[in-house]
Amino acid sequence: MLALSEKLDILVALNNETIDLHAGELKGDGIIIYDGEQAKVEAKGSKYFNVPLARLAKDTVQNKLMANTVAAGAVIGLAGCDFDFLATVLKQEFARHGEKVVKENVVTAKAGFDFAREHGKRKSGKITQPLSESKGRLLLNGNEAIALGAMVGGCKFIAGYPMTPASSIMEYMADKGRQYGVAAVHVEDEIAAMNMAVGAAYTGVRAMVATSGGGFCLMVEGLALAGMTETPVVAVLGQRPGPATGLPTRTEQAELWFALHSGHGEFPRAVLAPATAEEAFHAMIKAFNLAEKYQTPVIVLTDHHLATSYTTVDRFDLKQVKVDRGELLSNEEADSITDYKRYVVTSSGISPRALPGQGKALVVSDSDEHDEAGHMIEDAETRNQQNRKRLRKQNGLRKEITKPKLHEVPGAELTLMGWGSTYGAIKEAAALLKKDGMAVNTLHLSEIWPFPAEAVSSVLNKVKKSIAIEGNATAQLAGLIRHETGHKVDATILKYDGRPFSPEEIVGRLRKEV
Amino acid sequence: MVTVKDYAASIPVAWCPGCGNFAILQALKKTLVDISLEPNQILFVSGIGQGPKLPHYTQGNVFNGLHGRSLPAATGARIANHELVVISIDGDGGAYGEGIGHLLAAMRRNINITYLVHNNQVYGLTKGQASPTSDLGFVTKTTPLGASQPLNPITLALASDISFLARGFAGDIEHLSKLLRMGIEHRGFALVDILQPCVSFNHQNTFQWYKQRVYKLEEEKGYDPSDKLAAFETAQEWGDRIPIGLIYRKARPVYEDQLPALKVMPLVKHNINPLKYEALLDEFE
Repeated sequence: MLALSEKLDILVALNNETIDLHAGELKGDGIIIYDGEQAKVEAKGSKYFNVPLARLAKDTVQNKLMANTVAAGAVIGLAGCDFDFLATVLKQEFARHGEKVVKENVVTAKAGFDFAREHGKRKSGKITQPLSESKGRLLLNGNEAIALGAMVGGCKFIAGYPMTPASSIMEYMADKGRQYGVAAVHVEDEIAAMNMAVGAAYTGVRAMVATSGGGFCLMVEGLALAGMTETPVVAVLGQRPGPATGLPTRTEQAELWFALHSGHGEFPRAVLAPATAEEAFHAMIKAFNLAEKYQTPVIVLTDHHLATSYTTVDRFDLKQVKVDRGELLSNEEADSITDYKRYVVTSSGISPRALPGQGKALVVSDSDEHDEAGHMIEDAETRNQQNRKRLRKQNGLRKEITKPKLHEVPGAELTLMGWGSTYGAIKEAAALLKKDGMAVNTLHLSEIWPFPAEAVSSVLNKVKKSIAIEGNATAQLAGLIRHETGHKVDATILKYDGRPFSPEEIVGRLRKEV
Repeated sequence: MVTVKDYAASIPVAWCPGCGNFAILQALKKTLVDISLEPNQILFVSGIGQGPKLPHYTQGNVFNGLHGRSLPAATGARIANHELVVISIDGDGGAYGEGIGHLLAAMRRNINITYLVHNNQVYGLTKGQASPTSDLGFVTKTTPLGASQPLNPITLALASDISFLARGFAGDIEHLSKLLRMGIEHRGFALVDILQPCVSFNHQNTFQWYKQRVYKLEEEKGYDPSDKLAAFETAQEWGDRIPIGLIYRKARPVYEDQLPALKVMPLVKHNINPLKYEALLDEFE
């Protein structure tokens, strides 16, 4: 499963409002579990299943607050799973609260389970048993994958100010960092966060920030500082609906152009937009490698949907992780140089990097335009040389970008295009369309800048009708494609209500709007 | 043996003749030689302003960052490598205006950085606008009606329970150098506010104006820099008499000491080893 679905199999209604709001989302054979002794419900038809949730909780552990656990048991009962499965989960979840709490949860869940088995109609369909062996699979959300990827990729420093949906990245790294040698600094504001990360990165540790759009606005002067001083820094930008405070706990993809143009002046950068939690893990490792290899900032663009959605992935193979610190001088080299020039002009634009305190080499960096030695200058010729040198790094970066994922179907009339977290919904929408006898291509971008223009062009040159599906109001990917390739996307399906796309919504709107 | 020649500028100095920055630079070089620090042991982090150009006019590692943001960059650098002696440099605009929030946070955190604030009560680099410490009524192009009430950095620092607070005067290099030495040797955050004439844009608070008013706290009978209330009282003095010297000092927990990641060696010396995270993956199975 790759995306949220619109339709419900089982709705647990602990109050009437839940039924009012969500009964319409039920599948044809869906079931509503409700407590007829607690609420007056006009139960119409066989889909309503009355379970005395509060009474069962009271009868078993004298605590009707545990009605929700009774409901969990009833769900498992209806779904046809073994009770042991739920008991194991409850034991794991509540172990830290002690044996008494574990036992209370298990017996109340069992009461609900037994009731459902005795009185309920077993739910048909394929959710009857949990997936086979879960060994070797990880259950995590996008932010956890990002934090893990960062640490595995060698990040030693994160500075941040809490902001949804990014906060849990620093929280995780602050917690695990105590044991794994990561310094996490909760700072006074996002301006400090970015400048601190830049200071740490200049000194030689892999450093990052994680924030949302509003916080990133405060960071962008510091991002330009990283561009000018050629300091490798990684910024995670977790989007949520804007402008301003927007819808703080919802999702959007409206900061693509912001990420591309954030910071004043012109400097090279990479923008990665992982599609899944698995990609997010690998994107962080790649981000640090690119940042150090090209000595420039890298932005990892996510959103609330990716950050907070849980998914299972194959266990990451840490043996395959490659760390590339770029042209970093060895201690011996750094110690043998007395007139070190941090910004020596090269054909690649990359200047061999020494770290302060590494040896005799003195590392001079300036946010003013500077000469090869790092001292501020005014003359036009040096300015041009340094500006060109920095921008040349973009040529190398361009070759590092992975091509978009193309799923091609012979004879397809439509090509659905997306970027970032919409991947799952678009892929499942394509599967739904296929079931209906309508084959479509999909093209998805997980690495956006430098823009893979040739790869995108070669697809758009041959497909019939292209449709951009984006979580924003202005079709930012479609605009970028036009800007970078000249191709005009034929149609768009846009969503900016703060909710993630579902496959069903994409299919429905495709039929209606396109 | 390190000598003052090791700290000689490698590029021409672009300050106005007679600028107080020359004396501050001289005092700083003397201090670094006196405590036998080599240029490669030092990291200067500065913002933007006339004073913050100072690191370019001597020798050391230099990160000359954004206006008002030297302290966050210096903090990141110090956490990344706490073997470096980190000296941060700003003017009164960067320190007490644009960067005031960072100063409050740095004092609270008590990170081991020495912060030199070249305080000439005016913006020099941008040519003569009022600064947060300009005297009340100081008329400039941006404040034709006169500057508003000045900020008092000394009382502000005391209210933040700073662990080292001194005020120097660019007109007394020996005295300033002693204060800088104390600040660098202090474990924790040290603010040295340095009174400095601006010969081009401040014709009110001139060299003579300061010279007639400053007095040394250590020459005052019974002044105790561990007495916070006395320090607060001293901090109010601005007029006929202006105190310079060590104003307040207090041992407080240092930020770096609280970071477990820094216990064994500087962060920058930690190896990168992806395999050590296998146990973290186990937690997600």
